[in-house]
Amino acid sequence: MTEDLAAQLDEPLVELRGVVKEFPGARRGDAAHLAVDGVDLRVEAGEIFAIIGYSGAGKSTLVRLVNALEPVTSGSVVVDGVDVTTLPEKGLRELRRGIGMVFQQFNLMESRTVWGNLAFPLTVAGIPRRDQQQRISELLHFVGLADKAHARVSDLSGGQKQRVGIARALATEPRLLLADEATSALDPDTTRDVLDLLARVNRELGITILLITHEMDVVRRIAHRVAVMEGGKVVEQGRAVDLFADPQHPVTKRFVGTVVDDLPAADVVAALRERHEGRFVRLAFRQQEVRQSEVFATFLRHDVAFELVYGGIEEVQGTTFGNLTLALTGDAAAVDRALAEVRPLVEWTEVA
Amino acid sequence: MGPLAIDTRLGDLQPEFWQAAGETLVMATTALLLGGLLGLALGLGLYLTRKGGLYANRPVQVVLNVAVNFFRPIPFVIFVAALQPLARVVVGTGIGTPAATFAIVVAATFGISRIVEQNLVTVSPGVIEAARAMGASRSRITFTVLVPEALGPLVLGYTFAFVAIVDMTAIAGVVAGGGLGSFAQRFGFRQFDDVVMWASILVLVAFVMVIQLGGNLLARKVLRR
Repeated sequence: MTEDLAAQLDEPLVELRGVVKEFPGARRGDAAHLAVDGVDLRVEAGEIFAIIGYSGAGKSTLVRLVNALEPVTSGSVVVDGVDVTTLPEKGLRELRRGIGMVFQQFNLMESRTVWGNLAFPLTVAGIPRRDQQQRISELLHFVGLADKAHARVSDLSGGQKQRVGIARALATEPRLLLADEATSALDPDTTRDVLDLLARVNRELGITILLITHEMDVVRRIAHRVAVMEGGKVVEQGRAVDLFADPQHPVTKRFVGTVVDDLPAADVVAALRERHEGRFVRLAFRQQEVRQSEVFATFLRHDVAFELVYGGIEEVQGTTFGNLTLALTGDAAAVDRALAEVRPLVEWTEVA
Repeated sequence: MGPLAIDTRLGDLQPEFWQAAGETLVMATTALLLGGLLGLALGLGLYLTRKGGLYANRPVQVVLNVAVNFFRPIPFVIFVAALQPLARVVVGTGIGTPAATFAIVVAATFGISRIVEQNLVTVSPGVIEAARAMGASRSRITFTVLVPEALGPLVLGYTFAFVAIVDMTAIAGVVAGGGLGSFAQRFGFRQFDDVVMWASILVLVAFVMVIQLGGNLLARKVLRR
């Protein structure tokens, strides 16, 4: 289902409109701190939506507005058709039981075993003890920790703790899962495992995930759509693939640059020119249907030699994209003709 | 003091000695239990009404803080006397072991409340937040998350407080509360009877050691180290 179709079919699961969150100054007289500054956001049911930003961008605050751990200053937050900003305390508690949350520091109770940690949300939801057993055992199997049921939390590794955190968040079968830097305290290998688990939560259980991160690699691995935050504002949002392939905002470019380095900087281009002759053009591969071989065959047909000087091909969520910078040599008119002919196949730009 | 006073009346004083030991035991354990319970309540009040706390409430926070800060520094020897009128109302008498016990309970409540507050502060705010995110009510979080998470350090804190409580029982004599401290003063210190004095000290030390050992064992069990 394409995102447009989904939007037409039903309401978004989470919708933020003109959301502002202001924290009072630390001392009397201090200026208030605007953590979230007029954010509009729609998270569709069934997708993995990532919010990326540097620390202090307001993303952790933003996610806490969704389950109203923090009240908004103004604007509306609608989750599953319910405006959370007007809910009384009791209504909020019920709402939160339908929203799972995973934390960077896991936030498990050290005073309980793994089992006890999973029993807690079930008890809170009013599920009698005798009915908890089966659910806990299902959860443990789902996250691959069946053998750790009675382990102490302090004996688990970081990755295992986060699996328990995820299992706990799933205990009451929520429609929405909030993940606040869920992998930021983990090493790269464990990060991959936990991201795979989150992707599985989304795919197999159909749970919508709103995740917060400062790592573009997390976005690349599992996010369908992304919003980039800076200074409390969303500066760019769209499909993950589009943001990777064609970032617009400088912050987005910097984030994309941390995992995809296929656009040479000015000084790199200058250095490349010293080593390569010819005309520099950059081909932007965006669609999967475009066969690179066709493009290259066109150059060869026109007797244009090409040298790949920079770039690469990436894959995000099953879509291939990439920027290739080529140095073209040959008869100037032939180069022109060849470029004109590949125009319908691939977008290209002159590299200054 | 005589050189190694062999001349002791400890033998004759045995009934008084054991009675005094009994009084100390009653005063100290009552204070630990009752003062511990009330101190837990007051400590929770101090912690929960803080800014950003589950029951954040500035006026209540200020009142509790001022009360604790006012009563806690009062030297117990004065406090026990000053509390006599209140003791008459609450326990029906201004003198004797009940009056002294009452004063110790009150003083212990204030003292323990700070220890409780300090230990609750060490509980990760993230764990509290996680419980809130799961839709738990504030009272559920307080008693099934907050207190259990802080239980290990709390037990150690109470063990520590017990020494202060035993210290207070030694001053019960001011209101004729009896106890080993008063016994050691009357029959040991004032009569230059080193044996009586040291016998009292040894029993007091034994009390503290038993509680200390029990506290450590319990804390280890709770912390599951």
